[in-house]
Amino acid sequence: MASLKDLKNRIASVKATQKITKAMQMVAAAKLRRAQQAAEAARPYAERMETVLGNLAAGIVGNSQAPVLLAGTGHTQTHLLLVCTGERGLCGAFNSSIVRLARERAQLLLAEGKDVKILCVGRKGADQLRRVYPDHIIDVVDLRAVRNIGFKEANDIASKVLKMLYAGSFDVCTLFYSNFKSVIQQVPTAQQLIPATFPERDTTEAGPVYEYEPTEEEILADLLPRNIAVQIFRALLENQASFYGAQMSAMDNATRNAGEMIKKQTLTYNRTRQAMITKELIEIISGAEAV
Amino acid sequence: MKEPETKMASLPFELVSPERLVFSGAVSEVIVPGAEGEFGVLAGHAPFIGTLKAGILTIKSEGEPKRYFVRGGFAEVNQAGLTVLAEEAKPVEEIDPAHLRQQIRDAKEDVSDAKGDAERQRAERQLADLEQVAEALERGFKATPAH
Repeated sequence: MASLKDLKNRIASVKATQKITKAMQMVAAAKLRRAQQAAEAARPYAERMETVLGNLAAGIVGNSQAPVLLAGTGHTQTHLLLVCTGERGLCGAFNSSIVRLARERAQLLLAEGKDVKILCVGRKGADQLRRVYPDHIIDVVDLRAVRNIGFKEANDIASKVLKMLYAGSFDVCTLFYSNFKSVIQQVPTAQQLIPATFPERDTTEAGPVYEYEPTEEEILADLLPRNIAVQIFRALLENQASFYGAQMSAMDNATRNAGEMIKKQTLTYNRTRQAMITKELIEIISGAEAV
Repeated sequence: MKEPETKMASLPFELVSPERLVFSGAVSEVIVPGAEGEFGVLAGHAPFIGTLKAGILTIKSEGEPKRYFVRGGFAEVNQAGLTVLAEEAKPVEEIDPAHLRQQIRDAKEDVSDAKGDAERQRAERQLADLEQVAEALERGFKATPAH
């Protein structure tokens, strides 16, 4: 049986750990609030963009002049997986659930005989994917130095993706990120970025007839690349919020587990102490009786 | 919503950047730097969609007109009002001249890197727009006495 000293040390160490997890939980909660606000603030832009593009795209689908970003390259041979994960761990299953989704997709595509390229945003996902697909990762974008994700970061990634598209190095691009539903629920999501897809709309409800300046095609050509950046930006913000949500609940669990452990250990400690006192008392009494 | 004192009908206007809703409210007129020239939008404008160039967007309402620097994006007018989605949108007072200079430098690089006429033309136009903004700002800054 462990000595009293050992038990005491163990309790102290669990207590110290609990303090750390508690602090991390509170920090995550505070950051979550900000990340959530940022994600919500970005929503109107992404939604408006989607509506307008959807309107424009509906009129141009089937047109052979349709831009590459909308119609695709005409092939589906090479797939680019844009996997957005966090830069840090200690956040439960956040990173691994995104990676799992991406891995399953990659497996499926490889089984179909397609080529797969992976562009990682975030160190954690890159680390995990490197173990499975070391040859498929073409680049890793590190956002560790970035404190607040701004549109600029998303734009940089988008221009990287677009450059690759125009160089003909992939045909289909899919974005992987975690959609923030609530603090306890984050849904890993795969979204096809190129060719662009828009939610089906009720066509019976006729919108106003717009006047376009310049022409519809030109507006579309201008907006589609921007839309890529907007979608990536939204994914990064959703990810950020999901990350802190996952981290908060993971740390909450850890704190609670530590509390339970402390309770159990304290019980053992007290029992052992009591047993020792009893033993000593018996020894004294029996010693006194013997005299 | 406050009833405007002027008799002019009010135009609901929203200026949205990817990061946040920059401005939202009823105004009397907005002058938007469109890709094909500046245009003013009053209440009751016909439905319209147009892209933006880098420039100064002016909101006219009671009191001093508010001016914002916008870059990239588009403007949409419908019955509900005017919505401007800009990649970058901030009040003129908050513009950092160094940042603008950096953008001009980037634009110059784009011009020299451009492959093909169409791309070069686009880059040159972008550069010209930015330089115009810089110029306008400088004039503006000189006109107002230093605080």
